[in-house]
Amino acid sequence: MHPYTNQGSQDTRSGFGAGLLELGRRNPSVVALCADLTGSLKMDAFAKEFPDRFFQTGIAEAHMMGMAAGLTIGGWIPFTGTFANFSTGRVYDQIRQSIAYSDKNVKICASHAGLTLGEDGATHQILEDIGLMKMLPGMTVIVPADYNQTKAATIALADHHGPAYLRFGRPKVANFTPADKPFIIGKADVLVEGSDLTIAATGHLVWEALEASNALAAQGISAEVINFATIKPFDTEALLRSVHKTGRVVTAEEHQRHGGLGDLVAQTLGMHRPAPVEMVAVNDSFGESGTPAQLMDKYGLNATAIVEAALKVRNR
Amino acid sequence: MASIYDYPSQIRRDILRMVHQPQSGHPGGSMGCTEFFTALYFDVLRHNPSAFSMDGRGEDLFFLSNGHISPVLYSTLARSGYFPVAELSTFRLINTRLQGHPTTHDGLPGVRIASGSLGQGLSVAVGAAQAKKLNGDKHLVYTLHGDGELQEGQIWEAAMYAGAKKVDNLIATVDANGQQIDGSTDEVLPMGDLGAKFAAFGWDVLHLEHGNDLDAVRAALREAGTHTGKGKPVVIIMKTAMGHGVDFMAGTHKWHGVAPNDDELARALAQCPETLGDY
Ligand SMILES: Cc1ncc(C[n+]2csc(CCOP(=O)(O)OP(=O)(O)O)c2C)c(N)n1
Ligand SMILES: [Mg+2]
Repeated sequence: MHPYTNQGSQDTRSGFGAGLLELGRRNPSVVALCADLTGSLKMDAFAKEFPDRFFQTGIAEAHMMGMAAGLTIGGWIPFTGTFANFSTGRVYDQIRQSIAYSDKNVKICASHAGLTLGEDGATHQILEDIGLMKMLPGMTVIVPADYNQTKAATIALADHHGPAYLRFGRPKVANFTPADKPFIIGKADVLVEGSDLTIAATGHLVWEALEASNALAAQGISAEVINFATIKPFDTEALLRSVHKTGRVVTAEEHQRHGGLGDLVAQTLGMHRPAPVEMVAVNDSFGESGTPAQLMDKYGLNATAIVEAALKVRNR
Repeated sequence: MASIYDYPSQIRRDILRMVHQPQSGHPGGSMGCTEFFTALYFDVLRHNPSAFSMDGRGEDLFFLSNGHISPVLYSTLARSGYFPVAELSTFRLINTRLQGHPTTHDGLPGVRIASGSLGQGLSVAVGAAQAKKLNGDKHLVYTLHGDGELQEGQIWEAAMYAGAKKVDNLIATVDANGQQIDGSTDEVLPMGDLGAKFAAFGWDVLHLEHGNDLDAVRAALREAGTHTGKGKPVVIIMKTAMGHGVDFMAGTHKWHGVAPNDDELARALAQCPETLGDY
């Protein structure tokens, strides 16, 4: 049985808000921008305590990205905040030219990613953002698993020079990683050691992977669970070390199969150590309205789906 | 000592030769904005060409938002001392720092943002202007935009923000040449009264009728400087002629992005005396 306990469910966006507030106090160069979603992004505490370092741009995400790029010229470290869809798809060319290609030290912080945004439906449920962002040269991509890790990742980003994308979500989910654990960009965490298969998970699916490992253990199957909170730069070593032991992988993410963690794992294994892979991800479709739990169930993104995928990959 | 009046003709020669060599690039807008660049870089801008820093603290900053007119930017930067004039010969060639559109990627001194995809530079300039305010730096931020570029929505997001938030250390200039790729701006998408539009967004609007008269541009930029710090961003609607300086290139969108052939180059150069020495 995995050794993690839920210390009390919290939303990952609140982890971002807490991290940003701490950064505000700790690092006088940090500034924040938001496009009329300050409450949703949990940026209000920062805005209140540091009004001079907070820029309300109005509903103008393209402008917000350009302005953030401009703020780096003069030495500031801007954190932008809006929903994941409006942080990426809406402003891809602005990020590409003014931030990524221009090597600007902008931290693009994106909430309400994926299906767990819930009732607002598919217009808001971006499932392509990891792919969009990881394709950009030089872009760091981070998808933390819970409140504590999101807070730690936010804080780590201020000391990391270069453009970065931080993806988190809306619902309250299990908070199980240690509160004081520093986030190391580019390093995956082996949460549970196992020998029969590797579960490579990211974001909200990490807790589900842990729950799946319990269910598998009950069936006598030993699953290794790895939290790939950094998608890029990808921790190739961690994956290969695990697969040398287990020989097979299940990937799990709240994202399209195309362009997500699953793609990355399959590519890495194809190049270094071919092995069977099953992917728990959205399979080339848009989302829809519903509660987060209903949606994750309907689209097969939970512990049950991971167990099924594990049984399948065992027989390949 | 070179006189400021020597620059426009020499910069036009540079532009023509730069686009002729690779047979690609954008001479039209570049030649229409030659007096603007000369006035800005050799008269108005307070800058440090010999010690370029990305941060640009304690300096005026300039952002080229209509990145396709890179030839006039590169020639001006080189002749200001940012990098060797000889490097102009590498424009658009493989392994060059003088990419088709400006980039910070290859470490070219004088460039602080990539541009080329139109409509993004005003937002960047607004951010840089806000950074100057946070830093207590009294220097100014300048931008240049094409008139066709103003059809991009992001320009108006930035305009609305800058007006509402009183970004008054910013001077934007619009190259109002009335031309874009598919024809005149009126044929493509008439934009009506640009000055009134900026004024409605809270900007202080200046009109410059003769954007190819060097002294008029110098005066307009100086005048614009006196309008800063008064609670409004400043815009200069600057009338120019695309392709100005060469009779058969002037006033038409045909030379927006076409390089002269050998014969056209010879005829064009004959109209632009070599004042400061070719690269
Ligand atoms: C976002 C974007 N769309 C289209 C283009 C292609 N393009 C390059 S220049 C240009 C015309 C720009 O007109 P204007 O700003 O008036 O510049 P001028 O032709 O006067 O130099 C177009 C459409 C582009 N570079 N960026
Ligand atoms: Mg034009």
